[in-house]
Amino acid sequence: MPNLRIPTPLRNYTAGQSEITLCGSTVSEAMDDLVEQYPEMKQHIFNDEGALRPFINLFLNEDNINDLEGLETRLGENDRLMILPSIAGGSRPIHMDP
Amino acid sequence: MSPDLSHSEILRYSRHLLIPEVGLEGQRKLKTASVLVIGSGGLGSPVLMYLAAAGVGRIGIVDYDVVDFSNLQRQVIHGTSSLGVKKVESARDRMLDINPEIQADIYNQPFTSENAFEIASDYDLVIDGTDNFPTRYLTNDLCVLLGKPNVYGSIFRFDGQLSVFDARSGPCYRCLFPEPPPPGLVPSCAEGGVLGVLPGIIGSLQAAEALKIILGIGTPMIGRLLVFNALDMSFDFVNLRKNPNCKVCSPEPEITQLIDYEEFCGVPAHDHETGSAGEGWDISARQLSDSMQGGNHLTLLDVREPHELEISSLEGATLIPLGQLAARLSELDSANEMVVFCKSGTRSARALELMVSAGFRKVKNLKGGINAWAQEIDPSLPIY
Repeated sequence: MPNLRIPTPLRNYTAGQSEITLCGSTVSEAMDDLVEQYPEMKQHIFNDEGALRPFINLFLNEDNINDLEGLETRLGENDRLMILPSIAGGSRPIHMDP
Repeated sequence: MSPDLSHSEILRYSRHLLIPEVGLEGQRKLKTASVLVIGSGGLGSPVLMYLAAAGVGRIGIVDYDVVDFSNLQRQVIHGTSSLGVKKVESARDRMLDINPEIQADIYNQPFTSENAFEIASDYDLVIDGTDNFPTRYLTNDLCVLLGKPNVYGSIFRFDGQLSVFDARSGPCYRCLFPEPPPPGLVPSCAEGGVLGVLPGIIGSLQAAEALKIILGIGTPMIGRLLVFNALDMSFDFVNLRKNPNCKVCSPEPEITQLIDYEEFCGVPAHDHETGSAGEGWDISARQLSDSMQGGNHLTLLDVREPHELEISSLEGATLIPLGQLAARLSELDSANEMVVFCKSGTRSARALELMVSAGFRKVKNLKGGINAWAQEIDPSLPIY
């Protein structure tokens, strides 16, 4: 089953898990499984219309799913998904949520 | 014509000259090169020191901040003796101590849409060592418009990202992230923290990419992004492609000049966070202390994370971390007068927003957070 890698900023919403095994034969199905396992993730990854938020990217192995077939991209048994959020870095307070 | 190297320069750079890919010709390229580094903080520290040591002829440093005690955990170009000194001056002094052969140009000002063109146009490449989204988008758009490579690095807690954005031959930052996260969704390092060595790792990689680009050797990280995690010690590489609809680097771009990036990102780039929730919603540490001494019964709500309690706490406060607040509002009685606080007032301002929209009215934000309380009322508490 495909694995999903969770970046540090989102691990608060996956009970600290860095890697999650998901069920599904497409990216969309795997994401449904993720949201079922960790409902809080939904608002951080998807907007109200169910599209990926513009500061979140999903990579299948080395490729952005936007360069493949988006959420309908098919998944293989040993595929690896990775969530890539934008991070600002640095040292000054801006705005935050823990 | 390439400049000659003096005997002392030849000795100084001898370990470069021994590498066939660098040699005398490469060292001369470094000497004639110019690099602009935006930010002299965590990422800028290794970048500036290594580029200076490597003999990059002219290095520009943009920063408007002064060296603060809490910087020293990771900003290794600055030392304890530089506390309170302008960062650009502290950085320049360190760089010239490492290598007096180079020229360090300092810009002690915020990097803005108004001055960015003038500052950057005279440099070969730009290194993004900033700490906020507005300046990142500004740096990206500027480099696209000027046709210069942008060596990108970003960090958070244990995670780092690295790439080279050069829109002439690859994608730009906006191709990957068309828009920044809304304010409040992503923590900053000041509130979220960062492992001190992490900017050292990512900044050193940025310096390596800059040197490769100047020397014209190896494969620069154009169209590729490194995703680093220090906990797993994992280096993952992904491919980046140009977004055909990118607002700044597509053939028919929407953005043809620099815009208002603070408005675009919805957050200030250059003002220190005030820890305020806005007029009428704040209570100062002094006012809170007076009110408590006057016998007012107040509920103190601490919205920090549990591990922060060990650093400092206020007696009798209820802890509900901001991330859990929405789900736990029913534990609070909106009839009670309430004061919300966090470390410096940023998270509690968000908490207050959330509570007010849920119908709470008798609620105030402790301006400046528990740090302000430590400073003004209870010096036995540490400031962090």
